[in-house]
Amino acid sequence: MKPSVTASAADPSSIDPHRGFAAGRWQDAINVRDFIQTNYAAYEGDDAFLAGPTQRTAGIWAKLSERFKAEREKGVLDVSQIPSSITAHEPGYIDQLNEIIVGLQTDAPLKRAIFPNGGWRMVVGSLQAYGYEPDPQVAETFTKHRKTHNDGVFDVYTPEIRKARSAHLVTGLPDAYGRGRIIGDYRRVALYGIDKLIEVKRIEKALLSKQHSTESVIRDREELAEQIKALKELQAMGAAYGFDLSEPAANAKQAVQWTYFAYLAAVKEQNGAAMSLGRTSTFLDVFIERDLKEGTLTESQAQEIIDDFVIKLRIVRFLRTPEYDALFSGDPTWVTEAIGGVGADGRPLVTKNSFRFLQTLYNLGPAPEPNMTVFWSPKLPEGFKKFCAKVSIDTSSVQYENDEALRGMGGDDSAIACCVSGMEVGKQMQFFGARVNLAKCLLYAINGGRDELTGDQVMPAFEPIEGDTLDYDQVMQRYDHAMEWLARVYVNAMNCIHYMHDKYAYERIEMALHDYSPKRTMAFGIAGLSVVTDALSAIKHAGVKVRRDETGLVTDYEVQGGYPAFGNNDDRVDSTAGWLVETFMAKLRKHPTYRDATHTQSVLTITSNVVYGKSTGATPDGRKAGEPFAPGANPMHGRDQEGYVASALSVAKLPYDEARDGISLTNTVLPSALGSSRDDQVQNLAACLDGYFGTGGFHMNVNVLDRETLIDAMENPEKYPQLTVRVSGYAVNFVKLTPEQQRDVVNRTFHAKL
Amino acid sequence: MVILVDNRSADTPLPQFDAPGGDVDRQRRVDGAPPPADTQTSASNAVDPASPPKLGWVHSHETASTVDGPGFRYVVWLAGCHLRCQYCHNPDTWAVNHGTRRSVEGVVADAARFADFLRTTGGGFTVSGGEPLVQAEFALRLARAVKPRLNLHVALDTNGYLGERLTDDDLDAVDLMLLDLKAFDAERHRRVTGFDNAAILSFAERLARLGRPTWVRYVLVPGLTDDAENLRRLAAFVAPMRNVERVEVLPFHQMGRHKWAELRLPYPLEHTPAASIEQADAARQVFREAGCVVG
Repeated sequence: MKPSVTASAADPSSIDPHRGFAAGRWQDAINVRDFIQTNYAAYEGDDAFLAGPTQRTAGIWAKLSERFKAEREKGVLDVSQIPSSITAHEPGYIDQLNEIIVGLQTDAPLKRAIFPNGGWRMVVGSLQAYGYEPDPQVAETFTKHRKTHNDGVFDVYTPEIRKARSAHLVTGLPDAYGRGRIIGDYRRVALYGIDKLIEVKRIEKALLSKQHSTESVIRDREELAEQIKALKELQAMGAAYGFDLSEPAANAKQAVQWTYFAYLAAVKEQNGAAMSLGRTSTFLDVFIERDLKEGTLTESQAQEIIDDFVIKLRIVRFLRTPEYDALFSGDPTWVTEAIGGVGADGRPLVTKNSFRFLQTLYNLGPAPEPNMTVFWSPKLPEGFKKFCAKVSIDTSSVQYENDEALRGMGGDDSAIACCVSGMEVGKQMQFFGARVNLAKCLLYAINGGRDELTGDQVMPAFEPIEGDTLDYDQVMQRYDHAMEWLARVYVNAMNCIHYMHDKYAYERIEMALHDYSPKRTMAFGIAGLSVVTDALSAIKHAGVKVRRDETGLVTDYEVQGGYPAFGNNDDRVDSTAGWLVETFMAKLRKHPTYRDATHTQSVLTITSNVVYGKSTGATPDGRKAGEPFAPGANPMHGRDQEGYVASALSVAKLPYDEARDGISLTNTVLPSALGSSRDDQVQNLAACLDGYFGTGGFHMNVNVLDRETLIDAMENPEKYPQLTVRVSGYAVNFVKLTPEQQRDVVNRTFHAKL
Repeated sequence: MVILVDNRSADTPLPQFDAPGGDVDRQRRVDGAPPPADTQTSASNAVDPASPPKLGWVHSHETASTVDGPGFRYVVWLAGCHLRCQYCHNPDTWAVNHGTRRSVEGVVADAARFADFLRTTGGGFTVSGGEPLVQAEFALRLARAVKPRLNLHVALDTNGYLGERLTDDDLDAVDLMLLDLKAFDAERHRRVTGFDNAAILSFAERLARLGRPTWVRYVLVPGLTDDAENLRRLAAFVAPMRNVERVEVLPFHQMGRHKWAELRLPYPLEHTPAASIEQADAARQVFREAGCVVG
């Protein structure tokens, strides 16, 4: 018995898939935004309409939960050594008879595929880490016959890039794995069907036939040819599951299925670091509303479809090395979905389906994926604000981004790649570039370009700081010099990486779901913002003595008194943080980028703040060698003493125009600090978000947690299989973190007052 | 030296005291940094008795409170209170010179850092205490500076006993009164606070007559202020007042117990249990039945 939603509907193939939709420009060109704008119905009510999980949903989730347990124990459940592609694997199911939305990356749930195009070494490392030997035939292919992205990059890296990289000045570069952070407009498949999308791509290619064959025109033609092939493969994959994707989706269930297949094709083709979903919930609501009106769908069935979709998104897996997981905490995939926000015309983009997505956190329990991201505006309907706050308090699984800022940058159909990187869906992509360690760079400035841990001369030598006490002006002068060098090397590295990624690991299906020649940004990043800010404040306001080893290398610092610390809404020091963001951005902009991408920058560490801290010596703010940095743009743990709001307002001052790839803030507040009653907690959290985003804050991860809960979960992980904690632009399954990362989360500031 | 101030007329300059040697009201730096520029802790702040006081005694402040009026609020707790409520959870605010001397300018500058945020949350600025009208002139200077300069909603959290210190003009400087009523009948009021409540009730009536927006707050202490008849009479007194936008019942808690111990004061409610949710709800129901809006 298959409880199919369409069972009662007319045969979808015989009816007009666009019946009942309002006409608009979306019919003349690929324009999903116009379709949404002309067809969606904003919902201003509360959460009372929502449905709980059906028995079917609970059954599937229970089945998976058993496998999650086995997966946690083994690290990975199973591996397929067929190099992944859109059509490489046979169809797979969790429970074929009971699934509403189907499709897996391989032929079985949680079975991970290999993606050798990014780099063979990474594949070998990941396989061996979990006890598998690489298939000799595949090994021969990717070492003898087929060059990888990773090979290409290391052919062209310069000696100074390699030096900066091995010294951990520049870290996390996507030079051995998929760069990710590209969001295909997966909705296009549901709205237009593959035939139409191929037709449009053929026209784009034909237009290029008239142009002289320069290097860039040839590249574009080849890319379009690959995109068309990828669309055909997607069509074939759909057919293998028994669906004809050539036509648009004819009902809600198909719309979700088509959208999911498009996304699935992307995660079959790429193991990008972050594989966002985009902004699908309000788009899909249009189809759901039509079915509800036609009487072919009930609220419970609508929720069931979304629950099943979300189950699929929760089991996206990539085979990665344990070191990679240590860097990024757990096993994140960043299936980021943007929810809510307000349109250019002032109508909230909140629909009932925005609620349904969040409701999955109740129906299936909390989870880190998909990365639920609410675009917050004080203008959101009250009912939705309250529901979001409630979900945050109950699950700590939601992050918030500034709707106004994102709308201003990329319009009202923007989504988030990864954690905080806004981009207009289908019209903009980015070249992702991890980040540089600006705290370590400060230590290099003091030591004349030598590494504080190894003593190696990494930067070209310059005069180190002499004497026992750091002179502020001297430090600033040398820091400027060191950052100048670092910015140049960093842009060079990024250009090499993205040239090779386009060449050897091009995202065919994701780019097929973009307009021709989308806007490109090159997304640089900085780590150690609060360490550097506090260090400069200490040097300026308190005085800092140095301790040297026998070679004169400064290896430790002694702060001579108190200093204003970042995170207390104190302009004297907050202005330094802003200065740092602006200064490094200006230095990056001096160097031309691959494909003329626009330079952007993020203040985001993912969770690698722990790893960055490990590879950085003692710093002049009083932080000891090896101690973690604060994540993202967060103030250092325990130094933000004026409460949650003051801490957040310091971060809100950072200039978004100079960090358009996003500024991440992760906060944890004790439930009691939000209010004594649940109603108070909900209202106060919503008001707090109004205040933060209304005054220019960009992003906030909200955790409402007791420290005791986390400590208990460290000791008794079996009691907390789904405990979710927002870490830095995304969420993690707490029990999957390394003990070191768990301690870092426990040691962060838990605000006992707002 | 701890000096308790009695109710004196608003025109009388406040007495000057020796330096209290207290801490700066909130350490927002890593230890050892200098105190805020407007703080005075030495004898240099001696004020000419002929001129009005430039500085006030501030017990402490909070930058983002959610329990002192609507929205998020910057709250300044002024030192000094003459009532001796048995359930007081901040007996350290009784002494008028226990805290820091702060200027209006300094407080406004500090609150300015949060003004946009507070406004966006529908919040504002609250002058509380202690009993802020013990330093009525300073409290009013704060209110009159904050409103135009920071464009913030201003609330005054008072027990009303010194309400006569405020002229009708003064009342206009305050957007919302948070009026803490402790008991309805005079004898019980004396038992709870040590003082009669005639002045308080007449202040409440005056606010009603003038239509000044007010929230009434009532602390529910099991066995002390939860008597049904007393509650009903208080509710009947408040219900017809159309200026009262809401009544808040605050369940008694024991979080102030350690302060009594630290001050070596005998704490009459040492063994009184906190009010339960049910008890608080029952009290709210009494107000609701009388026709009050209960928050």
